Amino acid sequence: MPGGIWVYAEQKDGKLKKVTLELLSAARKIADEQKEELCAVLTGRDVAGLAGTLAEYGADKVYLLQSEDLENYTTDGYTSAVTALVREHQPSVFLLGYTVLGRDLAAHVAQRLDTGLFTDCVDVRLEDGQLVFKRPIYAGKAFFEGVCPEARPVMATVRPNVLPVNPPQAGRTAQVIEVNPQPGSIRQIIRDVVRQVSTRPELTEADIIVSGGRGMKGPENFRLLEELADVLGAAVGASRAAVDAGWAPHSMQVGQTGKTVSPTLYIACGISGAIQHLAGMGSSKYIVAINKDPEANIFKVADYGIVGDLFEVVPLLIQEFKKLKEQG
Amino acid sequence: MNVVVMLKQTFDTEARITLDEKGRINREGVSLIINPYDEFAVEEGLRVKEKSKGEVTVVSVGEAQVQEALRQALAMGADKAILVSPDGMEVDEYVTATILAKVIGGLQYDIILAGWRAIDDGSAQVAARVAEILGLPMVNMVTRLEVGEGSVLATREIEGGSEVVEVPLPAVVTAQKGLNEPRYPTMKGIMQAKKKPMQKMTLQDLGLDAGQVVPKVRAVKYYLPPPRKPGRIIPGEAAEAAAALVRALREEAKII
Repeated sequence: MPGGIWVYAEQKDGKLKKVTLELLSAARKIADEQKEELCAVLTGRDVAGLAGTLAEYGADKVYLLQSEDLENYTTDGYTSAVTALVREHQPSVFLLGYTVLGRDLAAHVAQRLDTGLFTDCVDVRLEDGQLVFKRPIYAGKAFFEGVCPEARPVMATVRPNVLPVNPPQAGRTAQVIEVNPQPGSIRQIIRDVVRQVSTRPELTEADIIVSGGRGMKGPENFRLLEELADVLGAAVGASRAAVDAGWAPHSMQVGQTGKTVSPTLYIACGISGAIQHLAGMGSSKYIVAINKDPEANIFKVADYGIVGDLFEVVPLLIQEFKKLKEQG
Repeated sequence: MNVVVMLKQTFDTEARITLDEKGRINREGVSLIINPYDEFAVEEGLRVKEKSKGEVTVVSVGEAQVQEALRQALAMGADKAILVSPDGMEVDEYVTATILAKVIGGLQYDIILAGWRAIDDGSAQVAARVAEILGLPMVNMVTRLEVGEGSVLATREIEGGSEVVEVPLPAVVTAQKGLNEPRYPTMKGIMQAKKKPMQKMTLQDLGLDAGQVVPKVRAVKYYLPPPRKPGRIIPGEAAEAAAALVRALREEAKII
């Protein structure tokens, strides 16, 4: 009896992350094709209430690891607890989200289990009885497809916002298995947590991104982009030029030395379109470019371009989107 | 404090990617750099050394041309370099980490630094694997590092903010952009680097046999994304163009 297809059910502040639902939908397909059960691993403190949602999105079993030691993520605590569970049940596949937490956890767990790991996958499919993982390399300038022929479980982290979510099935239930977690000794002591209060979505998970480059002319002008972002419920990004000039923090940087993003809509304001920037946002579904220079590289990849002064165009766009919102 | 920095040589960020006749990534004529995240790690290693005396050793896995990247780290101020050639074997993250851990295991170290990811394959797993093999605690994606007696305070990026984590030494710490501004090698540094030790090793020298360096994952194929087609420029004055764009996003793209 194989140990099933596993998904790490990442939650934050007691809410399941969207990537968890994306993983469940992808894993459900694999589980059905392989005739295996789909199990979700849920860790934290007081998170049992999330099991129902995991069931509705496809989980057959939910392993519940709750303890004070797991309230906050630590590399040691989570790695030990999750590795022990995997060793006990021997799943054939284990998928996590490519998030700050997921990529740290996945790499440590994979090494402890002596297995392979595919990072930041955008597709996984079954071919001739084995899973083929597709991932962008060189920040999306090329793609790699690979297999993990022998080592088990096959592990992968999956990029958020790429795979579709199946509609939930109301009333579907899962077997909830409470596990006594074994976080072991934890060498990371969290001394302080600083939360940046932002109501905007995380850049790598945002559906719409408004991004500014050298054409923003200064840090104060990013307020304009924030205003546009807030009308659209979008995240704000920046090019390397804007970050290097000190106008935006590097956590906002999109590109090969920043974040790789896959939104439905990417609005590039005053961004010339350097190769390394295009690599980071080239997989956006739609790209809008606003730039004074009709020769800017960004227009070569943009679905819609406006040649004009962003300081004139963006305020007008804000007005237009507001009008649209009012119409409902 | 003795510092070891794991370094990878990567394509320049402006490199265009093509495939060779075997369908693999074409390395011909591409300009190579120190992986930018590893450069932050080198810089941080030098700062640790400057505060506490000791040595900085840079280690890498790769072919002969990686010596250029190692030499640059020596010119910045690192003391020694070690390059292990995988003898043309296929390596994945597991194999690379196995080799690096074997090299580092034979060195004196208090802290091991690396970039949190490489800009080529973006795997972000080698440092974690090395930490696991050596049994060391790790702090990932660090933007500020304070080295104390027997422990470090590391500020790391987390979702929606940052946290300060203390771990005992020896430890593995990975660098995120923002940690520091790497220095440029001086002419004097470049001259001195020529005389600094560059140790070249094979898997055999390390006592690794073929059975220990079998990749866990294998590449099936590489390919390039289809080029994006340029769309259309929306004509007209600003007000007219803005209205037309919003209409197009709603009616054509159907995303607003």
